[in-house]
Formats: sequence, C-alpha cells, structure tokens
Amino acid sequence: MSLLEIKNLKVRVEDREILKGINLTLNAGEVHSIMGPNGSGKSTLAQVLARRESYQVTGGEILFNGKDLLAMKPEEAACEGLFLAFQYPVEIPGISNAYFLRSALNAVRKYRGQDEMDAMDFLPMLREKLKLLEMDDKLLNRSVNEAFSGGEKKRNEILQMAVLEPKLAILDETDSGLDIDALRIVAQGVNAMRSPERAMLVVTHYQRLLNYIVPDRVHVLVEGRIVRSGGPELALELEDQGYSTIESVARGASPA
Amino acid sequence: MSSNTDAIRELAQREYKWGFVTDIGEDRAPKGLNEDIIRFVSAKKNEPEFMLEWRLKAYRYWESLEKSHAEPKWANIHYPPIDYQNSSYYSAPKQKPNLKSLDELDPEILRTYEKLGIPLAEQKMLAGVAVDAVFDSVSVATTFKEKLAEVGVIFCSFSDAVKNHPELVKKYLGTVVPYTDNFFAALNAAVFSDGSFVYVPKGVRCPMELSTYFRINAAETGQFERTLIVADEGASVSYLEGCTAPIRDENQLHAAVVELIALDDAQIKYSTVQNWYPGDKNGKGGIYNFVTKRGACRGKNSKISWTQVETGSAITWKYPSCILQGENSVGEFYSVALTNNYQQADTGTKMIHIGKNTRSTIVAKGISAGHGQNTYRGQVKIMKDATGARNYTQCDSLLIGDKCGAHTFPYIEVKNSTAQMEHEASTSKIGEDQMFYLRQRGLKAEDAVSMIVNGFCKRVFRELPMEFAVEAQKLLSVSLEGSVG
Ligand SMILES: Nc1ncnc2c1ncn2[C@@H]1O[C@H](COP(=O)(O)OP(=O)(O)OP(=O)(O)O)[C@@H](O)[C@H]1O
Ligand SMILES: [Mg+2]
Repeated sequence: MSLLEIKNLKVRVEDREILKGINLTLNAGEVHSIMGPNGSGKSTLAQVLARRESYQVTGGEILFNGKDLLAMKPEEAACEGLFLAFQYPVEIPGISNAYFLRSALNAVRKYRGQDEMDAMDFLPMLREKLKLLEMDDKLLNRSVNEAFSGGEKKRNEILQMAVLEPKLAILDETDSGLDIDALRIVAQGVNAMRSPERAMLVVTHYQRLLNYIVPDRVHVLVEGRIVRSGGPELALELEDQGYSTIESVARGASPA
Repeated sequence: MSSNTDAIRELAQREYKWGFVTDIGEDRAPKGLNEDIIRFVSAKKNEPEFMLEWRLKAYRYWESLEKSHAEPKWANIHYPPIDYQNSSYYSAPKQKPNLKSLDELDPEILRTYEKLGIPLAEQKMLAGVAVDAVFDSVSVATTFKEKLAEVGVIFCSFSDAVKNHPELVKKYLGTVVPYTDNFFAALNAAVFSDGSFVYVPKGVRCPMELSTYFRINAAETGQFERTLIVADEGASVSYLEGCTAPIRDENQLHAAVVELIALDDAQIKYSTVQNWYPGDKNGKGGIYNFVTKRGACRGKNSKISWTQVETGSAITWKYPSCILQGENSVGEFYSVALTNNYQQADTGTKMIHIGKNTRSTIVAKGISAGHGQNTYRGQVKIMKDATGARNYTQCDSLLIGDKCGAHTFPYIEVKNSTAQMEHEASTSKIGEDQMFYLRQRGLKAEDAVSMIVNGFCKRVFRELPMEFAVEAQKLLSVSLEGSVG
C-alpha cells in the first residue's frame, strides 16, 4: 500500500480552480520533489494535504496510509503523521518555542495513546535535535518564530519535524531564505530523517537543494497540473532550460 | 474556519462550574435601603459609634446622588436601572459568634470552599498563603492569624479590625476612596458588611502571600465588601483576591471598595482573579461588578502594583488606580480582561503623578469573544510639580470572531513639560493562519485558541504569583469556551 495516493484532485479558491486534477503516489521510503513556476499551485497542494479549510476541494480523493485524508481535520492529519514545513512560518507571540514543541508532541502522543512526555524527558531529546540542526539554545526560550530571521524560521520548521517524527513530511520551499551553510546543515538534517518508513514531498525552485536531498522522483507542476515527471535529472534539465519549453508543451497537450 | 468555529463554540458553551448554591441558614436584613437598615447592619456588627456615623454620612450622600439620578453613566456599559430597594443589604451565614477555630465553622461553608479549591483547612494549605474568606457579606475565617501576628502583621476581617484596631481603621478608612468619591463608593461605605484588613508594620516584609476569597451565595443580596491595606514605612506585602458566585438568573450587584496605602519605601502588590458568574450564553443573569480600587503611594520610593485577571461578571466597571504622591514612587497596572457571550467590561486605570520622578506602567490586554464588549479606559495625569515623571502604556486588544467589540479610551493630561510619555496600542484578530499553524502541529482547535490567548496575556500573567498564574491560564481557557463565532 502506498503512503500517499492523490487521485484526480481538484481545488478551488474563491471561484478560481487552482488544482485541476492532480495524480500522485508516494510510497514509504521515497522522496519526491515538486517544482514549478510561481503561482502554479505547489503551496496550494501542500496546504490541502495539511487540510487547510479555506481551500475548497471540488473533486478527487486522497488516501493517507489508507485513510481518507480529506475527511480529516488539520490536527487529525497531523496526529496521523502528516507534517508541513511552511513556506511562511507563523509567529505565536508569548508562547515559548520549547513549550509549543512539547505541547505539539504531547498532542500527537496522546492521539496515539502514548504517555505525555514531561519536561525532564523532553528537554534532553530536544537538545539532541537542536544539535543536529546546529541551532542556538536561545531560540527555545523565545516566542515561536517571533522576530526570528527568515533562515531561523525555516530551520525551526525542520526542528519541529525532527521532534514530531512524521510519516509524511511536506517541505514547502524550506531552502528559500537559507544561506549556503544553513542550506547544507538543514539538508543534512532532512537526510538524517530519511528512512524506509518515512516519505517526503519537497517543494523547491532550485536544483541546489536537490544536490543534497536527492529525490527519487521529480514532478513539474504547471497551472494546476503535473505536466512532467522524471528522475533527479529532470531537475537539472529545468535548471538549464527553465519552464518555458515544458509550459508550451503542456499548453499544446491540454489547451485551457 | 468551520471546525475552528465549532471548537470555539463548544468551549464557550461549557458551563460555569462554580455555580452551585450552598444550603446554609442565613441571617439577613429585610429588603430595602434606609437609615434603619444602616443602623441594623452596624448594630449586627457591634460597631463603635464612629463607624455608624460614617456609614450614615455616606448613606445620606448616596441618597442625594440617587435622588438626582447621579449613578455614573459615562462608562461604555449598558444595563437596566437597578432597583436599590429590591435587595437585601445584609446576609450572614448563621453560625456561632466568635469562632475559636475552623472546626467550629459550618461544615457546609467549609465544603463550599473546598469545592472552590480554596484550602481553608490549615493543614491542607498551600505553604505560605494565608486566606481570609468572605461568604456573602461576612468574613468566615482567617487562617494563619497567629503566624502573621508573630511578625506584627495584622490580617483579619474588616469587622475584627473595627473592633480590635479602631485607631488604625479610623486613621486610614476613606482616606484614599472617600465616600464622596462616586455613587458606588458611597453605597459601599453606607452598607459594607465586611472585607479584609491588612496592616504591615514598619520594616516588615510579610512572610507569606495574603489572600481573600469572596463568595456570593445568597439570592437577592448584593455584596459590598471593603478592603483596606496599609504598608507602613519599609514594609511590603503581596495580596491576592479571588471570587466566585452561584448561577442565578437575576443580576446581583457587587460594589466593593479597596484602599491601599503605601508609606515611605513600602510596596504593595495586589492581584485579582475575578471570576464572578458571568451570566449564561444568552446574557441572562450574572454579577454587576462595580468596584472602586485605588492605591496611594504616600511615601517616597513607595510602590503599588495592581494585577488583575477579569474573566467573570456580566458587567465589570473598575479602574484600579494609583496616586503617586511620594517622590520616586511607582505605580503599575497589569490587566487581562476577557469578555465572552454578552459580557461587558469597561476597565482600566488612573495614574496620577503628583511627586517628582514618579513612574507608572500600564499593560492592558483585552480579549473579546462572542458578543463581548471590552473597553479600556485609562487616564494618565502629570501634575505641575511632577518633574521627571514617566509613563509607559501598552494597550492591546484581541478579537475572537466578528460579533464582539474592543474600544480604547486613553486620556492623557500633562502639566509638566519634563514628562516622558510612551503609548503603544494594537488591535488584532486571532488569525486563521495562526490557528492552522498550531492545528497542523497536532493541537485541537480549542487548545490552539487557548495557546494564542495565553501568549497574548503573557506579559500580565508574569506578574501573578506562580500558582495563581497557572490558575489564571486555566480560567482563561474555560472562559473562552465557544468563542470564535
Ligand atoms: N487564499 C487564496 N486566495 C486567493 N488566491 C489564492 C489563495 N491561495 C492561493 N491563491 C492563488 O492560487 C495560485 C497558486 O498559489 P500557490 O501559493 O499554490 O502557488 P505556488 O506554486 O506555491 O507559488 P510560489 O512558487 O510563488 O510559492 C496563485 O495564483 C495564488 O494567488
Ligand atoms: Mg508556494
């Protein structure tokens, strides 16, 4: 059984069809990358998978671990093991990063019938993950994402992923805003989490991330459709030629 | 947003869990208000002549205001006219006079306080918190009296203070909030039944938190308690009040007065967790909480700090204030006011800078949900001689849903050009993006709301004594139930 199966997914936002029939299958252990021009619907797909309610699904179905993902609330999908690293992480003033992380982990553990983790057990575990991502301890006591630099926010997303250990991680442009060293460190962190039980969907604009996180498959999303899929070499081709050839081919293939 | 909304609605419709009624015998005055009732209340309490005289003067003043319809109308609150003759002004649990120990207290009352989570029985007490409990109008127990007496701290019911320390009461009563101050202060002065009294002598740091729990139990009564706290030179004390009431369909009036006096180098920290019955989700019933609280920093380097968490009451009308008379004195006001369903709050503070180099800080956080209306009203006044005075005001509103309202009325009056004033204000809504972010990490919608609101209130909660900060957070979550509409 596949971990994620998206069948003919159609999504609208305010009367505009943004996703026009997406098909995608992801098996446990695989890493797929989604590339595509600005506004093509990559984040929309990511947010729909994470069950954001402001997007209206007008057709298709999604199975996550064999369960109907579209019937789940965001917190249920999260507790079932779906994690989204946000393109634009949100600030929560007045709530410390450490407290937030522990609350999230405990919410997930509770859902799975596991004991909640107390601060004594949690902090050493958190410190380990922090080390993996070469993050400063100080970020733990600061409010979630508040006044974090762009790069710190992105790194903080991956820290959360490392703590929550999801089955499916969706990374939405985690590389944008990271400096060269940070990109390497974050990519190493992500690679360390690759495992036969876990799948990842990596949304990016740049081949350089895929040099570190080598995907099994690359999909190109244009105007709400996956117009091409291939191996890692497809990313190199895009880097070289841009989207124009693919776009024109795609338009020719299925006129709007 | 739909399931965010549902979760919030569910929360809001959780019931008020402090709403039980205790079945005890009570001793009460007939309904109505006149000089005979004042005499009755005073006689019940075996008061000395000076108290009766003071009450009568206050009553006559109040009556003149009543007749000229001078009940304050300027606040942003709305309620039908109150019939002051339709209430009883004295209700006391029937019990043996002069309790020697808690064992003699009516077990029903003890059980009530246990249900409320107030550790009245000394052996079960949280280490270091002395409690006075006011049930309807009468103080029923003051714990840790002896331990406090060892260091010379007087902590007792107001009635006991009148009996045992009349010179102190006479010296300070009404000197910060005179009975002529306002309509409700006059009413309180006339009929107040009990309350707490604290005197911390020179140089003494009160060795434990002092705390009063107020409980309205009887129907058709108002509660009019009076608190007087005096910190003598170099003394310091931290005081906390909490309050709850049963669920009743009719509105009940609570008109309290609190006076604080800090002499040279003295500090008073006064924290309130106000959880009077707020009325039901349609706005029926609930307490009218019309309270006058004021502190006088009389001495140099003195400090008075108010922290309030206001989650209950149908209507809250209250402005804990500081008169900064002594040089270098400091006034602080930290407030969280939450209105849900049909609750209304008009609350804030006044900082009156009289002495040189006086400083004040105001941090007010208003949260409105449901149809709640939340008004911040604050005044900062820098008098002519207050050279070097400074004020910092931060005033933030958080809206949950689109049927509620937040209003801010800051009044500033500066008569000395050296004053430094800083004012920050913001209004925000709980964002769908914040909700989604937290839920994507596994938090339920109602927990996400609580987390956002608690984060919003952090700056104020930090000022509360530890165990009460935890209580305040929980209370906020419960009060928010069913709030994004
Ligand atoms: N909530 C919304 N309201 C209105 N339009 C929206 C909303 N969300 C997405 N859109 C529109 O849908 C389209 C797809 O947006 P999306 O964010 O999915 O693109 P993307 O592929 O992630 O682009 P980028 O590479 O710039 O991040 C865009 O035209 C965007 O303006
Ligand atoms: Mg995007």
